[in-house]
Amino acid sequence: MKAFTDLYWRLDGTTSTTEKVAALRDYFAAAPHADAACALGVLSGGRQVRAVSTGQLREWAAEATGFPGWLVEECYAHVGDLAETLALVLPEPAAPEAAADLGLAEVMQTTIRGLRGSDDAHKRQVVTAVWKRLEPRERIVWHKLLTGGLRVGVSRTLVARALADLAGIDQAEMAHRLMGAPPADAAGFARLLAAGADAADSRRPYPFFLASALDRTAVEHVAEDLGDVSAWQAEWKWDGMRAQLVRRGVDVTLWSRGEELVNDAFPEIVAAGRPLPSGTVLDGELLAVRDGRLLPFAMLSKRASRKQATKKVLGEVPCVFVAYDLLEHGGTDLRERPLADRRRLLGSLVGGPFTDFLHGGSATTGRLFLSPVVRAGSWADLSAHRAESRGRGVEGLMLKRLASPYAVGRSRGDWWKWKVEPLEIDAVILYAQAGHGRRAGLHSDYTLGLWHEGALVTVAKAYSGLTDAEIVEVDRIVRATTLERHGPVRICRPTLVMQLAFEGVSLSTRHKSGVAVRFPRIVRWRRDKEPADAGTLADLKRMIPADG
Amino acid sequence: MQAIPSAGDLLRVTESGLYCERGDFYVDPWRRVPRAIITHAHADHARAGCDRYLCAAEGKLVLRARIGGAAPIDTLRRGERVSLNGVAVSLHPAGHLLGSAQVRIEHGGTTWVVTGDYKLHHDPTCAAFEPVRCDVFVTESTFGLPVYRWQSPAAIAAEINAWWRANRDAGRTSVILAYALGKAQRLAALVDPSIGPIVAHGAVMKIVEAYRASGVRLPPIDRVPPRARRVGNGRALVIAPPSVLGSSWLKLFGESSVAMASGWMTLRGVRRRRGFERGFAVSDHADFPGLLTAIEATGARRVLATHGFSDALSRYLRETRGLDASVLATRFAGEAAPDAAAAEDDGVGDDERAGDEREADA
Repeated sequence: MKAFTDLYWRLDGTTSTTEKVAALRDYFAAAPHADAACALGVLSGGRQVRAVSTGQLREWAAEATGFPGWLVEECYAHVGDLAETLALVLPEPAAPEAAADLGLAEVMQTTIRGLRGSDDAHKRQVVTAVWKRLEPRERIVWHKLLTGGLRVGVSRTLVARALADLAGIDQAEMAHRLMGAPPADAAGFARLLAAGADAADSRRPYPFFLASALDRTAVEHVAEDLGDVSAWQAEWKWDGMRAQLVRRGVDVTLWSRGEELVNDAFPEIVAAGRPLPSGTVLDGELLAVRDGRLLPFAMLSKRASRKQATKKVLGEVPCVFVAYDLLEHGGTDLRERPLADRRRLLGSLVGGPFTDFLHGGSATTGRLFLSPVVRAGSWADLSAHRAESRGRGVEGLMLKRLASPYAVGRSRGDWWKWKVEPLEIDAVILYAQAGHGRRAGLHSDYTLGLWHEGALVTVAKAYSGLTDAEIVEVDRIVRATTLERHGPVRICRPTLVMQLAFEGVSLSTRHKSGVAVRFPRIVRWRRDKEPADAGTLADLKRMIPADG
Repeated sequence: MQAIPSAGDLLRVTESGLYCERGDFYVDPWRRVPRAIITHAHADHARAGCDRYLCAAEGKLVLRARIGGAAPIDTLRRGERVSLNGVAVSLHPAGHLLGSAQVRIEHGGTTWVVTGDYKLHHDPTCAAFEPVRCDVFVTESTFGLPVYRWQSPAAIAAEINAWWRANRDAGRTSVILAYALGKAQRLAALVDPSIGPIVAHGAVMKIVEAYRASGVRLPPIDRVPPRARRVGNGRALVIAPPSVLGSSWLKLFGESSVAMASGWMTLRGVRRRRGFERGFAVSDHADFPGLLTAIEATGARRVLATHGFSDALSRYLRETRGLDASVLATRFAGEAAPDAAAAEDDGVGDDERAGDEREADA
């Protein structure tokens, strides 16, 4: 646990990628393979086990410290991180150096995974015993493991770089080996590093290639930056969930972009993948469609959050897989081949273009479709198509260079997102709450409102978009204009007007205002405006598409 | 719960600060007043421009260095009593920095003690905090939450020494940021001078000289010479006020590791937000257990908490100790923090108090 704790704090203490890679390499080189496998699972950000609820932890910590519950809550509101709060308020361990240092794998097994299913009295006994053994800096890490909330600021790319370095193999090869479920044990970790190991796992997906947002979105700039339009393939940017469908041997597996196996959540897609020839890997988008119409993203997201799709859900939120790319064909890795070639082969494997299905114009009734190409003779034509995006329920266009390989991660230059410009409205900050991590203790999470019948009603929660200096300034104003406090939330006198951007608006019964905005964020602080100048709920409702 | 002022209170908060009407004097006023008793020389407690000052004898040189001018500064030796219009006043060490004092005020059988800022941990550069029995205890509560619990000075020293030694061995200069008044001198006295040379920013040196002239023993400290190149050859510990952060002054030292010394460094979020590579949680304020110990030692039945987490501390005292505890509202509450910026400028303010003002609640 000490070695992993040191790794955590070393990663936390630096912003240099070189230093992060060095920290990872040092840890993996020294750690026993069982611990390393465990650590890799944690660092990959896979779904973690929540062995104990945070409510129980707070309660037991209050008991262990003798402090009233409200004081522990007050501390939490100030610190902004429960794991850290509890680590700091608990009494110092009696003799931490005397306690044996257990390896990460053993700690996970005995004090975290082992707690699942046991009764509260036993959990409490284990937790309070661990508290007596660990120093505050170890406790923070352990609390995060215990509550399933450990996040480390390292990307998969950095982990792959460190492990590739350690194994003495190519980084792309390591990235591929790392795909799918992390190694479960010491032997699995050893295989990961072994020279000449092949990607024999029949379920393993490829690392996703991610597009970057264009720096300049005006059509003349796009033309200038990307050159001849005939070198590019344009597709709609579907508002669904990116996924990979892997068909090899007897297996069909469906992987989310977060590399979670989602077979059980989307059984109809897995079934649709079975007829594909073995040795096929498709990259595409999961979309929810009913009666020839796209369903809102929220419904897809809700469905995906369930581990197992019920019959009811299958009927209410039926899904399709719209294929973008072919990564493997006949067992051969195609990723280095140009997009144009991959696309041609893809067309021979999956059904008709998805748009034909949407318009009912095709006899295709399956669940696998081709992402249609948006044809245009010029950037101006494409720009005109892009302007139709919102009406079509898509987020804009994807631009992919026809000669491009399928790269790893977010390497810039060949794949671009040309998203439609966001919708915007000026809204007033009504509530504020302290942030977490770097923004702990600063009021950086805002609830904003619009005018409706002479009063301000809340319409969105938004976080980002202000500079650090602006956040500090807003924090001061929030404190000075607080009318009421409800735990960590402050109700403020309306004084701050923010320009709010969002991707879409839809009617909602779950929101008091009757509307839900998608992906709201603050783009700038309108210091030039008074709350009276902010927008109205009616303005917002006018932005709802006619059929939405 | 009683608030100030209530009938018969010896002290009350006015627009100019904490005022004793009977004795006609202020304690740490924030405006110009005829007579000011100063608990210590940090900018948020000692304002220039008063007609007459009273402070602890050890703090006179430091106070003069801060406020300048020629206004008379009267002093009291530890525990020495003076009568101001029939009110008995004496000063008792607060352990915050050189010459920091608690003010004991007695009249008509009632005793008040105003702490200013204080700490209980050992500090070789100033006299140790002295518990004083009283009826009403006006205590600071900058770090009045149980997440604030300092390590022992020896443990902190070991941590700083290890960081300095590792930097020295790697040929990197160690830069530690601390307020020029108090913290900087305490750090100089705390670290192991055998590791390498100690050098300091001019703002720190000005106070170092006042400390030495007041009889405080400090290890050899060199002033950073202007435009010196590669000062200390990567071996030195540089003590500088936080205001140098982001300035070209830091470039004097070539490759360096920059750490901040402040009680707020306890929290990872604060350290990350302010972008320090390293933070040492070393404070000249009392931590939560220290506040409780100090309060208990006074025997006071009534406690008024000011600065920082005064709400939480007073509620805790009411509920668990049965004390008549409440918040003493000061001008800092709920306001923006103009002084925080000013304090950073000349490096002699109390940066921890800048944090306090950020945390202050109406």
